[in-house]
Amino acid sequence: MSKQRPSRRAFLGLAGAAAASSLHPAARAQTTGEIRDLGDTPSDYGRPSPFEDSKRWSRAPDATASSSNTPLADLEGIVTPSGLHFERHHTGVPAIDPDTHRLTIHGLVDRPLVFTMDDLVRMSSVSRFHFIECSGNSAREWSPAGAPNVQLSHGLASCSEWTGVLLADLLDEVGVKADASWIVAEGADAGLMSRSVPLERALDDVMIAYGQNGEAVRPEQGYPLRLLVPGCEGSISVKWLRRIEVAHMPSMARDETSKYTDLLPDGKARQFTLVMDAKSVITRPSGEQKLDRPGFFEIRGLAWSGRGTISRVEVSTDGGRSWTDAEIEGPRHAKAFTRFRSPWRWDGGRHLLMSRATDDTGYVQPTLAALLEARGRSTIYHNNRIKAWEVRESGEVTNAEA
Amino acid sequence: MPRRSWRPTFALLFVSGVVFAAESERTGLGSEPTAEELGAAGYTVFPDGKGLPAGSGTVSEGRAVYQQFCAACHGKNAEGDEAAALVGGRDSLTSGRPRKTVESYWPYATTLWDYIRRSMPYESPGSLNDDEIYAVVAHLLHLGGVVGEDAVLDQESLPRVEMPNREGFVSDDRPDTD
Repeated sequence: MSKQRPSRRAFLGLAGAAAASSLHPAARAQTTGEIRDLGDTPSDYGRPSPFEDSKRWSRAPDATASSSNTPLADLEGIVTPSGLHFERHHTGVPAIDPDTHRLTIHGLVDRPLVFTMDDLVRMSSVSRFHFIECSGNSAREWSPAGAPNVQLSHGLASCSEWTGVLLADLLDEVGVKADASWIVAEGADAGLMSRSVPLERALDDVMIAYGQNGEAVRPEQGYPLRLLVPGCEGSISVKWLRRIEVAHMPSMARDETSKYTDLLPDGKARQFTLVMDAKSVITRPSGEQKLDRPGFFEIRGLAWSGRGTISRVEVSTDGGRSWTDAEIEGPRHAKAFTRFRSPWRWDGGRHLLMSRATDDTGYVQPTLAALLEARGRSTIYHNNRIKAWEVRESGEVTNAEA
Repeated sequence: MPRRSWRPTFALLFVSGVVFAAESERTGLGSEPTAEELGAAGYTVFPDGKGLPAGSGTVSEGRAVYQQFCAACHGKNAEGDEAAALVGGRDSLTSGRPRKTVESYWPYATTLWDYIRRSMPYESPGSLNDDEIYAVVAHLLHLGGVVGEDAVLDQESLPRVEMPNREGFVSDDRPDTD
């Protein structure tokens, strides 16, 4: 299949893709006669080309433990299409009518207030690019080889342009009392998901988001309203937000005690480990792709840090013996996906590809060995190890023990 | 908390000899709820007992509630089945094979009350009344050896329950790698 732009499939040499496209019923525009068929008329809401097959991957289709992973290898730039944003919800996706939805803010405030969606949209708005990453992302990466492809290894992370109101503005409306130190957010899902946020953090860059990538937040992402705590573990960005209680202490909710805490070798567990540390991963070439023949490739990937901006990404093609600086391509927003790329000529030999991110605090993405040395083997969350992909002589790309 | 310094409604700022009148950033949007509306909006239960409603439950009452609503997923004796084990696992946290249960891991008994009220039973959250929640919490804490057979839990006694892993948590001290 020859196209003006090298397609993802051409890059990957995925078997079967070319055959599938030549048979696809939507391929009728490619006629050879002199009379050409007219194309489709405008549509209410456009969809990806039928030749594209990017999909989220779901572990458990039932509601019991539902999550789905973003196909990071398919993405360009820094924005995750809203329909491919990863999902994690504990009691299913509720259907909420925005006309009847309310956000109540109460507790240690001068005047409790109830906001309609219309109220919130009238307020001063901000639009910001931020990643959201589940702190259980890369849980399979505690083993040396890790997951076989980047959707499984890193796909519980996505990045959107979020639009909404700064929580600080809303807290100004209600007036926070002097003895307040936390807020407790609550969702309108069946399980009333709840998390506590330190007030200092809530007054910083926390948003109440109703927009995602130019349209309303998707149902799986909290429609019509979600909390967004930039740079922090995803579960604290409570979706379907219905209530904020300003409080004198954290509620010690189940999801900040029993879950999302990090057990250390001495039996103590770190709590409120909210920030997602700097991380990067190569998305092309990555696991389960295939390089069709030696020659030029661009190593591409994503880097992000919950503490600020990405200042540097290095790439290694020899398993970490030598590193070269990758180019940062496009915008470099704080607490957002940052795209990197690095030219590479594949000589047809075996190579171990790795990337290593540094953020503007000077923090350098660690190896798995360094994480295990610091935390032992009983932690589940916050795995930001350097990930290695093995390119074999056959051109096949697999997970690799770094 | 810099934004709170913007109150009262007018602040006079002297900058380079020029006087600015900075209006409050309040928009006046949103409406003040009635007491009834606020009561219906929901609540949070805190470790010090704030938010806990009236009502009470005993271990034996809780045994019946547990068998009816919880045992099918969590096992007859809360040992875990399709859903998580709720008891056992003490002294396992340093073993390399930690078993994190309510008994072995959860630092506050109030969290159990709050979580059951929010999210359990899984298929019908919200279906237990306050007495039933106190009771099933009492039963689970008794199964875990945290309270005695004759325990009665209510808004006074529940926050006073000392969980075995109460001192098991530390604050975030990352970054922890070089």
